[in-house]
Amino acid sequence: MQIIQPHYHAIARTAQDYERMAMSGVVAVAEPAFWAGFDRLYPETFLDYFRQISEFEPTRAAEYGIKHYCWVAVNPKEAENPELSREVLKHMPEFYKKPTVLGVGEIGFHKTTKNEEAIFEEQVEQAIKYDQLILIHTPHLQDKVRGTKRTLEVLSHMNVNPERVWIDHVEEHTIRGPLEAGYWVGFTLYPVTKCTPKRAVDMLEMYGHERILVNSSADWGPSDPFTLQQCVIQFRARGYSVQDAIEVFHNNPARFLGQNPKFDIKPIQLETIEEEISSNLL
Amino acid sequence: MMQTALQVLDREYLEARCSLVELAATFDRIDRASDEEESSEFNDSRLDLLSQAIALLTEKSHLPNRSERMLLLFSDLD
Repeated sequence: MQIIQPHYHAIARTAQDYERMAMSGVVAVAEPAFWAGFDRLYPETFLDYFRQISEFEPTRAAEYGIKHYCWVAVNPKEAENPELSREVLKHMPEFYKKPTVLGVGEIGFHKTTKNEEAIFEEQVEQAIKYDQLILIHTPHLQDKVRGTKRTLEVLSHMNVNPERVWIDHVEEHTIRGPLEAGYWVGFTLYPVTKCTPKRAVDMLEMYGHERILVNSSADWGPSDPFTLQQCVIQFRARGYSVQDAIEVFHNNPARFLGQNPKFDIKPIQLETIEEEISSNLL
Repeated sequence: MMQTALQVLDREYLEARCSLVELAATFDRIDRASDEEESSEFNDSRLDLLSQAIALLTEKSHLPNRSERMLLLFSDLD
């Protein structure tokens, strides 16, 4: 089965992860810009990072037949430094021209501070101006409810098209607001601190399969790219068909990311593939 | 002891939190499946055992050996 991993921090992972992902059906990954584990001091450090994920990382993924796309942004944690953030923002439009950059992300809140909010708004404004997709991080653990609520309040005053915005890391206590407001939502499968594969399938059963993206994130912290495959297995074990699984784990990311024409992987219908094979055999 | 109580909690709080949320989700899953079956209320002795085990965790008194007592609860002793 073909899978798209829509949120994946490849720079923190090994080539062996790419190889195993390719062996388990992953055809594409999308890498948002995120926090490196320490606060960077120089705007140029961000720009080299953006070069790494928009120029170098696609070549590494291609070694394993995986397409690599990315997002650029100042992440919520480092948005606490507005001077640095604004210097980086000045250069982000250069990257929107690159062939694998899909939009602005991940942006949003970490501790829901005034500085974070100012930089969040400026990045949303820039995304609107340059017609970019938007990927929003919601905070961790005890900060998630407050940060998600404030995210929705900020967006409600901005001229965004909800269909082009993905609000990530939602869980049972934060999924309703974003979905009801028309945004895409993401479940991030972490071993301990976010969602688990079983709970992700629970939410798919409760809220349907539309406008939902499932991802592993998989960064430098405790995380595992194969929680996504665990989720596929859990989904299939509950009786859903292969086509149902393709809809969630391949076609939904293809639909959301495909709103940027640079992302050229189309949704798959098994019946269509079977018909093509049959006609080729005749 | 090699660790203080605070060190243990610091190290294991998130894992415990995760286990509790997972357990809550399991009960929700059973409830939803039970609601869809449209039969009379789902009843299974294992649910009672799980409820007793949860009650054991929430005892006010600080009786030791919770894991041992829980495993005995899940054991056939006859």
